[in-house]
Amino acid sequence: MIEAILSSYGFGALIASFAIGAVGALALRKSDTAANVWSNAFAVLGSAWGIVYALLAVTAVSAPEYIVDASAAFPLLSVSFHIDKLSAFFIFVISLIAFLCSIYGMGYVRHFYKKYNIGSLGFFYNFFIAGMLLVVSASNALVFLIAWEIMSVASYFLVVYERNDHRNVRAGFLYFVMTHIGTAFILLAFLVMYKFTGSFQFAAIAHNIASIPPFAASVVFVLALAGFGTKAGIIPLHIWLPDAHPAAPSHVSALMSGVMIKTGIYMMIKIFLDVFTDIPLWWGLTVLVLGAVSSLLGVLYALTEHDLKRLLAYHSIENIGIILLGVGSAMVFSSSGMLPLAALGIVAALFHTLNHATFKSLLFLSAGAVVSATHTRNIEEYGGLIKRMPQTAFFFLIGSMAISALPPFNGFFSEWLTFQALFGGILALPSAASWIFVLAVGALALTGGLALACFVKAVGAVFLARPRSEEARHAKESSFSMRTGMAFLALLALVFGVFSGSVSLTIGRVARDIGKFGAAELPFAVSPLEQISVQNGFASASAPAIAMMFIVAACIAALGLRAAYRKQKVVIGETWDCGTPPTSRAEITATAFSRSIIMIFKGILKPTKQTGIEYRDATARYFPKARTITLGISDIYRAYLYEPLQVALTKFSERVKTIQSGNINAYVLYIFVALLVLLVYVIL
Amino acid sequence: MTLGILWTMQILCIPALSPLIIGVIRKIKAVLQNRKGASVLQPYRDIWKLLHKDEVISADASWIFRFAPLAIFAITLVVGASVPVFASFMANGFTSDILVIVYLMAAATFFVALAGMDTGSAFGGFGSSREVTVAALAEGGLLFSLLTVALMSGTSNVFRVAETIASAELTSMLPAFFAFAGFFIVLLAENKRFPFDNPSTHLELTMIHEAMILEYSGKRLALIEWASANKLMIFIALGANLFFPWGIAHDASMVALAGALVAFAIKALAFCASIAVVESVIAKLRFFRLPDVLFVSFILSVIAIGLI
Repeated sequence: MIEAILSSYGFGALIASFAIGAVGALALRKSDTAANVWSNAFAVLGSAWGIVYALLAVTAVSAPEYIVDASAAFPLLSVSFHIDKLSAFFIFVISLIAFLCSIYGMGYVRHFYKKYNIGSLGFFYNFFIAGMLLVVSASNALVFLIAWEIMSVASYFLVVYERNDHRNVRAGFLYFVMTHIGTAFILLAFLVMYKFTGSFQFAAIAHNIASIPPFAASVVFVLALAGFGTKAGIIPLHIWLPDAHPAAPSHVSALMSGVMIKTGIYMMIKIFLDVFTDIPLWWGLTVLVLGAVSSLLGVLYALTEHDLKRLLAYHSIENIGIILLGVGSAMVFSSSGMLPLAALGIVAALFHTLNHATFKSLLFLSAGAVVSATHTRNIEEYGGLIKRMPQTAFFFLIGSMAISALPPFNGFFSEWLTFQALFGGILALPSAASWIFVLAVGALALTGGLALACFVKAVGAVFLARPRSEEARHAKESSFSMRTGMAFLALLALVFGVFSGSVSLTIGRVARDIGKFGAAELPFAVSPLEQISVQNGFASASAPAIAMMFIVAACIAALGLRAAYRKQKVVIGETWDCGTPPTSRAEITATAFSRSIIMIFKGILKPTKQTGIEYRDATARYFPKARTITLGISDIYRAYLYEPLQVALTKFSERVKTIQSGNINAYVLYIFVALLVLLVYVIL
Repeated sequence: MTLGILWTMQILCIPALSPLIIGVIRKIKAVLQNRKGASVLQPYRDIWKLLHKDEVISADASWIFRFAPLAIFAITLVVGASVPVFASFMANGFTSDILVIVYLMAAATFFVALAGMDTGSAFGGFGSSREVTVAALAEGGLLFSLLTVALMSGTSNVFRVAETIASAELTSMLPAFFAFAGFFIVLLAENKRFPFDNPSTHLELTMIHEAMILEYSGKRLALIEWASANKLMIFIALGANLFFPWGIAHDASMVALAGALVAFAIKALAFCASIAVVESVIAKLRFFRLPDVLFVSFILSVIAIGLI
């Protein structure tokens, strides 16, 4: 049975169900309902199959490998897939999130009926998921690149799906350009590796890895880091992410933020730790620094956002940073020969990958529910939604607690493990490297505090107090299928937290399958009550114990109060606001809420402020009619990195243009000269 | 049997004694200001009185407003049971980790800040905004100061830290003293004492904690006041027993326990006196000066780690 599922037919069925979903949706595009149900049903089916498949592959003894022999036609292209435990883990994450997003999608897509073509949405949606699954299972660089393009192009079409809004089209264009710049870097990295190892098979590259000279290896590292970093959204390659993720339909945003950017992480782990085994120290330190910068800046930019979905997109950058802290520490330990600690770093990174996928898609789905109920993404136009959409509000609250790393939810335990890996670095490494770990701990601690501030702002401004617009006043609770998708994700955020011990043990098996970690002892143990203890008892914590103690304490307090003081009345009154009637204008806004943090970090964020006054009488200028104030954040990456680059590129192009004379004789001369030079080169 | 009594003491110690700590601080402040001051038991009477009052809840408030006091009170009970007060041998491996303690406290901040926003008053909202700003900036200093003693003693379980540091030589304690300086700043910040906030006013434009809980009354206000007192005592217990753990009981003998209780009483009194002196001699700082103070705390703790 297990062999049947893990056979090539099982894998084929996985991809085929998405293909059927995609093609069928296109065929049924005349009927909105039929296209919606067909595409999402097959996506649900396929991802349910993917969950089963991945769970079996994680526990399987030998990794399944599938080869479609096409070498006769294309000598370099062997269509082959290799599902090791790392791939299986990512297939699990992708399928799990795709499963719940598709359930949510069935209800969510309804509000596109009659406005946009549902068939093409279903088509690209299914291809997008299938593309991600192929990316993490490809065992050949060329197959990988094809899958990578399927994933990128399908997601581009999903980003520009609501094409009547020109901002979405612009966001899509930026995404398209950036993702292909990234792909170019990746292609170069593979070509350099091919030059020295003579193969595009990952296994063969890994086998001949010693034939890559150190300098070329470092070139590969930089190219791969830039390429996969663009997809993962590390700062400063992130500029497409906060534009593109919010533009897509919300269940697609959830998939893009939750899992697509993780394919970059997957490839980083694969290339830097599995394909390369002996890596120099500075690689890991670079990744660590990038992780710290991304996490800190990601959360700071999130605090400045008023667009709910952009805010969440910036938090994806933050969490990718946290994952990279795990990956980076694993790389540092791996090159210092401390394999158990390196395994801890990988477990932390993979656990946070799973957790971020869960709570970020939960947050995007509930944000999507809010957006479709109020028709705005501006956080200042919400308010009071907890009374109108109580269940959505509850799910968003769970997601917020998980992403703010509050125990006993899952985010806390993966950050806890990341902290332990970093603590291990401070204890075990020589001083220069250990100082980078100290700074990484500081960045992670500050990030945690700022993420909490940001989610207090988000929950408070969206769901609490009084509505600030008519739309928010008349918002309705979302449909059943949407709530089902969110409810399961909320439950998972709790389950992965409470059973963090078992989950990290399972992930430990995945980590030991990577590169040279098979020999490493896992540096943590799990005792009864899911108690994780790391590094011979340096630290230990238990999620069920925390949860139970909290529940018992809260129950005792509540029952005690209730038993002892039953007579007191509770009067419902108006909020006191210095005697003025409490209107929605008296509430704090999200802008005001984060203003103090923005001012404290004004050296980094560079806030801008423009004030304007319109007078009743323009000549007298005594009585102002209207005052305006525009607050903003200047985009330093655009100003100092991308715009100078663009200017340089344009200038260079202008220069090159001078040889384009339009005179055919000159062109013939160019060809002749080029031929001569080549001939001389060949002879020499 | 003895262990049962000891555990009951450990769990009840902080909630039972925390109002007394507040009373003592107020009394010392009164004396410093040449006033007679209320009895040190006044906070108990306040809580008792509030518990018997009727409550007014805003019509705009949701279940979060009603649930938050219970949540933060329960969190302080859990954390209170997980930090060493008088005995270092009662370690549990479940909740006594420094990160668990820091993040559980953060969870309490999360709920009280949401409750502040829930009623839709301008006071509550700005109080919450300031609270989370200060909490976010204080987190680095708090974590690093606790991490210093954890790295010094090779464990991050606070009970074991107390046990190890107690037997450390005085000459090796320099990092701990630096870390303590950082920790003390965070203690003032997290508990909203001078120079961060004025705990004894309800009407000042810069108030932080009191602004957030302005809409609370009756039982729920009692719970919040009690929880803040617990939080202060948790910080005092951490400060006293992680950085100066001398006198803490290492076994369950009567002599050791009695000595530990006396030692803790003296140390707690010293903390109360220093907080009261700080509040009497310096003025509240402007809000945008607070990050500088918190940055000093962070730097002190980083130096402490460098000195290990």
